[in-house]
Amino acid sequence: MDLFSNLALGFGVAVTPINLFYAFVGCLLGTLIGVLPGIGPVATIAMLLPATYALPPVSALIMLAGIYYGAQYGGSTTAILVNLPGEASSVVTTIDGYQMARKGRAGPALAAAGLGSFFAGCVGTLILAAFAPPLTELAFKFGPAEYFSLMILGLIGAVVLASGSLVKAIAMIILGLLMGLIGTDVNSGVARFSFDIPELTDGVGFVVIAMGIFGYGEIISNLSLPDEEREVFTAGVTGLFPTKEDFRNMIPAVLRGTALGSILGVLPGGGALLAAFAAYTVEKKTKLRPGEVPFGQGNIRGVAAPESANNSGAQTSFIPLLTLGIPPNAVMALMVGAMTIHNIQPGPQVMTSNPELFWGLIASMWIGNLMLIILNLPLIGMWIKLLTVPYRFLFPAIVLFCAIGVYSTNNNSFDIWMVAAFGFIGYLFIKLGCEPQPLLLGFILGPMMEENLRRALLLSRGDWTVFVTRPLSGSLLFVSLILLGIVLLPSIKAKREEAFVEE
Amino acid sequence: MNIKSQKDFFSGLMFLIIGGAFAFGATSYTIGTSARMGPGYFPMLLGVIMAILGAIVLFYSLIVETPDGDPVTAFAWKPIIFVLGANLIFGVLLVGLPSIGLKSSGLFAAIYALTIMASKAGNEFKIKEVLILGTILSVISYLAFIVLLKLQMPIWPEYFTG
Repeated sequence: MDLFSNLALGFGVAVTPINLFYAFVGCLLGTLIGVLPGIGPVATIAMLLPATYALPPVSALIMLAGIYYGAQYGGSTTAILVNLPGEASSVVTTIDGYQMARKGRAGPALAAAGLGSFFAGCVGTLILAAFAPPLTELAFKFGPAEYFSLMILGLIGAVVLASGSLVKAIAMIILGLLMGLIGTDVNSGVARFSFDIPELTDGVGFVVIAMGIFGYGEIISNLSLPDEEREVFTAGVTGLFPTKEDFRNMIPAVLRGTALGSILGVLPGGGALLAAFAAYTVEKKTKLRPGEVPFGQGNIRGVAAPESANNSGAQTSFIPLLTLGIPPNAVMALMVGAMTIHNIQPGPQVMTSNPELFWGLIASMWIGNLMLIILNLPLIGMWIKLLTVPYRFLFPAIVLFCAIGVYSTNNNSFDIWMVAAFGFIGYLFIKLGCEPQPLLLGFILGPMMEENLRRALLLSRGDWTVFVTRPLSGSLLFVSLILLGIVLLPSIKAKREEAFVEE
Repeated sequence: MNIKSQKDFFSGLMFLIIGGAFAFGATSYTIGTSARMGPGYFPMLLGVIMAILGAIVLFYSLIVETPDGDPVTAFAWKPIIFVLGANLIFGVLLVGLPSIGLKSSGLFAAIYALTIMASKAGNEFKIKEVLILGTILSVISYLAFIVLLKLQMPIWPEYFTG
């Protein structure tokens, strides 16, 4: 079967000592920074992205993927032990995970998260390997009109899942799109919105935006919160392994979480966050077995299901990126940036023109998951030690890693001012209740959208109806419209708000 | 007319102004027609949409009641100044500022300066602790970024190395 020969090719690339090494470094660094509270995967990847510039493209992407999973895993550890979600997708894990830790069952909670994620990661990788080729075929049928509509769908999907106001989220996307247009227009050669500053004619660097808004913005916002008592459960982590009873409860939850996560990860705007929320909600709806701990008081299913779901979602969210070249969420938008830096144009052609990279990356995902379980379960003591370090020692380190990330990009003194400006802007966004994730997505998609819109309208001689008359494009737009409609329905609107408040 | 949600009022205003500015800026480029889009076409379109969305947010912030007025809380100037300042001083010391003839002071000087500056943003500041932290971070950064990942950065001050 093709699947196996492809995977064999991938493992051939991924299991070279050098790539194994970079996968390991990625997982280690990702976990290290992911464990630190208040720094999510977007900031982590942005911070460590420059570290991969000097590597060959395959190794660089393998390392970045490792960083992503590492950050994801590290976030769960923080969620369970400190009740502080390291990132948005482990918010639900805090509910039952922290309660388990308080009852002295931190070990089984961490093991449930780790084992569940590993299983989910394996399934996610297989799904990715199986579905990527047929989807790539489909992608070749896409013209500019279809691509434009697909991007609309992706962006709408992303805002539907943003937790705040819908209109504000759309406005943030447009702001991102506009910022993506700054710099020289590829068609006319006109430098747009560059104010005669030579550095701006190349456009605003996405590392600068990501680091300023997600790195510095979040650090400032964290520091402005009053010092809270952070209670870290270090003594309680002794018996790591779940009991038989735990396993009996866990397994169906892991299976459900994995299935949900795999499906939701593929959706535009989906990915780890939505997957985790949905999985927890489903578990809460299922009946408790006799003698089982209720949800919210330390039920192991409340840890296993969302953790499996966010990991399989993280895996399958690579599908739209690798097949269509469209990032479904902010993390994948960063991956697009990373690929572009290595001169790889993400899209359907990657699989045919660069099969080693494509399958090597997929195989390395599985390897990364395996490494993480090795890194996390036996070495959990080390991460716990890290969590007991006071925040006043941790945040200068985070600031330093951000700074090194910026200046190693291109030793350019102009970036110094830009990052500072975006740091302030990022803090301002948090203050005004505007979520920055959609902005980053828009920023990456801006030039692509303009190009496809321009081509589509050029082909149709300026006729806008082309977007609805072409069946594929029309249905994509129709789906976006339905999505928007659903969110705007009063009953669902209330539910959506409730869901984001409650969890 | 009262502002019912301060957060929405100011974010709406922000979108309105920025969208308007982009749309206005786009007029200085060729707009073109939909069949032959000029460089100003797409930014113009987006700027106008954004300004409209801003106006909607602004409008709702004046009529939809919120329980506590959704106030924009005071800016935390201390972390803003010291965190961004730490970043600035790191950049200036690492890369130098050619415009005023300042040469690079190298990675280690930059790390110490950043650590001291950033630590000021916190609530506790003990110079001894901070210097130890600076030393630890210098060693880690040297091993991780220079030795392991081979990033190209000036390590020692240019004044010595020429």
